[in-house]
Amino acid sequence: MNPIEILFEYWPRLLDGALMTLKLTFLGALIAGLVSPGLALIRVQAAPMAQAPLRLYVSFIRGTPILAQLFLIFYGSGQFRPALEEWGLWTFFRDPFNCALLAFALNSTAYQTEILRGGIMSVPQREIEAAKAIGMSRSKILRRVVFPHAYRIAWPALGNEVILLMKASALASVVTVFDVMGRTRQIFSRTFDFSVYLWAALIYLCITAAFVLLWRQAERRLSRHIHAPGTPRASAQPFKESQA
Amino acid sequence: MFELFAYGDAGWGDEILRGLAITVQLAIVTLPVGLFLGFLAAFASLSGLRPLRALGFGYTTIMRGLPEILTLFVVYNGAGLLLNKGLRWWNPDAPPSDFSPFAAGVIALGMVFGAFAGEVLRGAFQSLDKGQVEAGRAIGMTDRQIFRRIQLPQLWRFALPGLGNLWINMLKDTALVSVIALDDLMRMTKVAVGVTKQPFTFYLLACLIYWAMCVLSEVVLAQMERRANRGIRRAV
Repeated sequence: MNPIEILFEYWPRLLDGALMTLKLTFLGALIAGLVSPGLALIRVQAAPMAQAPLRLYVSFIRGTPILAQLFLIFYGSGQFRPALEEWGLWTFFRDPFNCALLAFALNSTAYQTEILRGGIMSVPQREIEAAKAIGMSRSKILRRVVFPHAYRIAWPALGNEVILLMKASALASVVTVFDVMGRTRQIFSRTFDFSVYLWAALIYLCITAAFVLLWRQAERRLSRHIHAPGTPRASAQPFKESQA
Repeated sequence: MFELFAYGDAGWGDEILRGLAITVQLAIVTLPVGLFLGFLAAFASLSGLRPLRALGFGYTTIMRGLPEILTLFVVYNGAGLLLNKGLRWWNPDAPPSDFSPFAAGVIALGMVFGAFAGEVLRGAFQSLDKGQVEAGRAIGMTDRQIFRRIQLPQLWRFALPGLGNLWINMLKDTALVSVIALDDLMRMTKVAVGVTKQPFTFYLLACLIYWAMCVLSEVVLAQMERRANRGIRRAV
């Protein structure tokens, strides 16, 4: 079969795989994105002793292959089957999708926490002092000053992390989740036609390219007060007015 | 519980160590291949020729955007198909032969490493002081001499942190070759799990071994960075 015929015959499967890849990546990044701000704050503010378990967790995740983490959760949970059954958690761990999602979320949480920690630490001290000076409460400072600026600083790095997660999600195929990679291996084992791998590569590249464009659009929106069209530097405007 | 990890027939210590040896071998053999490809990619993207620049850009962009496991399968299955085609052309009755998983691992991981290293090295080249190259030219050094005596020694200093990260990533990515049946640490762990039915214990052990290797790499790399920067005065 030629490459076009392969695509005509198997496109529903590949599309199905692409949706699964997107689902895994999106949910994994989202869960990590919800947990990481709190953890990043702990990494910035808490006492060193309180940070110790978090540092250990981040170091472990960064120092081990994500495939090993996935196996540790998916196969490793089998060792505790009686206990997990007792707690009603076995149905969760029996499903490869859940295990893959849990592994990716845990993995991405560690990376996103570190990225966000860097972002929070790069927020200029003066901004926080100014917020304190006008009487903002601690939580209000975090909500209105620290996090908006931290996210703006961390945004490109967070985008890279999501792309890495998308690439890592291909590992789910090893535990029989049918994402793009899983479908591709399935089709290859049936047809022995090499071109299906090239289609898979194209799908991954398209997802990455689309994501990069979207992420840049969002970045522009996050910093629209800095690069507003027409004005040379919007952030300098209020300063000028107060001097006049 | 420790008899599980004993060395010899009773435990799995020797099998896992043998797997670890394969993992380390794979990483060490891949490193020069990846560095070589990285230099090629960096030269291509910095070259004055447009097609070469496009080639360098295409290689680094595409390889960095693909999942490592896809690259591995493309190399393993693709090279296998080519090999068999070649064999059949040579001798129509030849039995189908498998491409060596070790070679496939080296090529695939080397290609991935090369794509990322290309970007690191390009950045390092661009952060070199241009005045020094001009000075070299002014005293009549050839391009080769400038590269060997001025650029290369300093390139190391700029590229080392990035290359160090890539080394650690590659070390972790070696776990993927277990999927194409190379008997590395990950696969030996799987074999041990299959017999002992203690998946958590053994996968945790594998994780701890990888972790130890990464932490050790970080320590050595920090040492190397300190050494590479020994002649540099820090502003702070």
